[in-house]
Amino acid sequence: MTPDSLRVALRGILANRMRSTLTMLGILIGTAAVILLVAVGAGISNQVQGQIGKLGTNAVYVLNEKNAGGQDRGGTNARQIKLTRADVKALSDPGRAPSVKIVSPITSTAGTVTWGGTTYSLGSFIGAEPVFGEIRNIRVQKGRWFNDGDQAGRAKVAAIGLTVVDHIFGKGVNPVGQTIQFNQVPFQIVGVLDRRGSNGLQDQDDVIFAPMSTVIDNVVGPIDSFTAIGVQAVSQNRITAAVTEINTTLRQTHNIRAGDPPDFKVFNAADLLAAGKATARSFRTLLAIVAGITLLIGGIGVMNIMLVTVTERTREIGIRKSLGAFTSDIMLQFLAEAVLLAGLGGVLGSVTGVLLGQLRIAAVQPIVSPGTVGLSFGVSVLIGVFFGAYPASRAAALTPIEALRYE
Amino acid sequence: MEAVPGVGGDSPVLLLDDVHKIYNPGPLQVHVLKGVSMAVEQGDYVAIMGHSGSGKSTMLNILGCLDIPTAGRYLISGVDVSELDQNQLAEVRNRYLGFVYQSFNLVKRTSAQANVELPLVYAGVPKAERRRRALTALGLVGLGERTHHMPNELSGGQQQRVAIARAIVTGPSVVLGDEPTGNLDPTSTAEVLQIFGQLNAAGRTVVLITHETEVADHAKRVVVLTDGRISSDVRNAPVQGEPPNLIDLTGAEPREAEEAIA
Ligand SMILES: Nc1ncnc2c1ncn2[C@@H]1O[C@H](COP(=O)(O)OP(=O)(O)O)[C@@H](O)[C@H]1O
Ligand SMILES: [Mg+2]
Repeated sequence: MTPDSLRVALRGILANRMRSTLTMLGILIGTAAVILLVAVGAGISNQVQGQIGKLGTNAVYVLNEKNAGGQDRGGTNARQIKLTRADVKALSDPGRAPSVKIVSPITSTAGTVTWGGTTYSLGSFIGAEPVFGEIRNIRVQKGRWFNDGDQAGRAKVAAIGLTVVDHIFGKGVNPVGQTIQFNQVPFQIVGVLDRRGSNGLQDQDDVIFAPMSTVIDNVVGPIDSFTAIGVQAVSQNRITAAVTEINTTLRQTHNIRAGDPPDFKVFNAADLLAAGKATARSFRTLLAIVAGITLLIGGIGVMNIMLVTVTERTREIGIRKSLGAFTSDIMLQFLAEAVLLAGLGGVLGSVTGVLLGQLRIAAVQPIVSPGTVGLSFGVSVLIGVFFGAYPASRAAALTPIEALRYE
Repeated sequence: MEAVPGVGGDSPVLLLDDVHKIYNPGPLQVHVLKGVSMAVEQGDYVAIMGHSGSGKSTMLNILGCLDIPTAGRYLISGVDVSELDQNQLAEVRNRYLGFVYQSFNLVKRTSAQANVELPLVYAGVPKAERRRRALTALGLVGLGERTHHMPNELSGGQQQRVAIARAIVTGPSVVLGDEPTGNLDPTSTAEVLQIFGQLNAAGRTVVLITHETEVADHAKRVVVLTDGRISSDVRNAPVQGEPPNLIDLTGAEPREAEEAIA
């Protein structure tokens, strides 16, 4: 491609600024979408990956069917679709569940946090026993996790996630020692948790933990069922055994006859993670497909405009041919214009995609890979070639007299 | 001037041999040229006249290698154009033929100079040389000052002179004009006819279509086309030498200026 043909192509593009800009915008959006959506996909995968260490690999969770997404069966069984103190006790019995090391009931509720004049609608307020910190592998970056003394004394203390800290405390305020209100109940903050990020569905830092005893007394009242039960297996290779024991034990405590489906669900954290990863993978593929389609539509825009351009400039094509232009000269001229249009859109789209990729999107930090940037720019140029080729060859195939006679 | 392959000797520069042209072959066909034979010697100045629809433009388009005969042969300096492929035809148009149209046909949004350079671009002439030759050609048609103007900034007469500069910039042996003065006022017509006269006086073959006898009076030979056939062919002056009624508006020496481009 000579500087001359590029100059002619540029003149063609500038001749219809509005039209060229809109066409370029199509490619720009397509390229930016590819870069950004692939980066978001990578960010999600990365976050799910990051959960491995954080979830507590030996953790097993029991949910009642309702919380696990099943239907409340009502009727005579209704009383039994519950996770009760008795279930916790049964699971804590080494005679019934020898592979289980620690057990903690969990209750989760939503509500409003206030501090000073600031109000914040919290993701989840979780009541649990102090051992839950071990099950979930919770790390404290400032202050401490609540202890058995807090649990026994029903102390109004809480450990708080960073998202909540960011929302209610200004810069320079040490949250530890401050007293916040949750649904009008005062809690003193004793610890700030390490960042855990999103699990792909929820922001895991949008959370406050408090001792179970305090939460029952002051927040949720005398509940008849926990939201979940957290369990830690004695070791990694006894997780499967622990899951079996939990199933057997709870079928007994819930009086479920052999052959009937259970009214609870047991989740192994590692399995959850695998499922999450698989979801992230399909999500990533979906995003890539959406982005690809966007770019394709941009390409069709290029083709559309080039067909219009060729039609508008049919006479010019005839003049050029009558002056001795080869078929290949005409072909190159219009191809250069299409490639330049798509390439400029690609450059601007890459820049836009990279810039937007620096922002957090829905609690996900996108990861822009240089490979995608190069690739999507390359693809936009190829789109110029591919979608420009047909209009250009149509222009080139005209005989001089046909083109000159065109009105 | 570069030689056309097989030029010189006895071959006329242009030779139509029983040429037919049929548009839209089939039930709706239009038989426009019904056996046209004509030989044009190098250096001749031919005016083609005839009623509208008699096939003049069709004939000139064939002479200009823009269109091809349905039947019959067309030879340029003895070479049958039907034996040339697309690219060779493009080269013939580029090197040996210059075409001037009634509607000027300049490329829009492209300066006078860039328009004149176009044939040289396709001939692969380097940039500096292109510029030099384009400016010379523009000077020759009296547009030395207006090289950077866009076509829409020029009058009809000026646009036609740019078109003529573009037609002659590669130094073609034949210049064809399809009613080149058809859209011009009398002053511009005189200027354009002067340029054609000078080109012919310098040895180039000129063939142009016209409606006006005042224009035809400048030609050495007048051919009349009637309903697709040549009905009259009259010679008013010998092939060699100056054409009749050569206009001398500026007093410039046509031959000298002419030598500058060749
Ligand atoms: N592309 C074409 N298709 C069909 N008919 C045509 C075409 N070009 C010219 N004609 C017809 O051929 C005849 C001669 O046209 P033309 O050569 O332009 O005549 P002139 O230049 O002498 O006025 C006219 O009747 C015209 O309608
Ligand atoms: Mg005509």
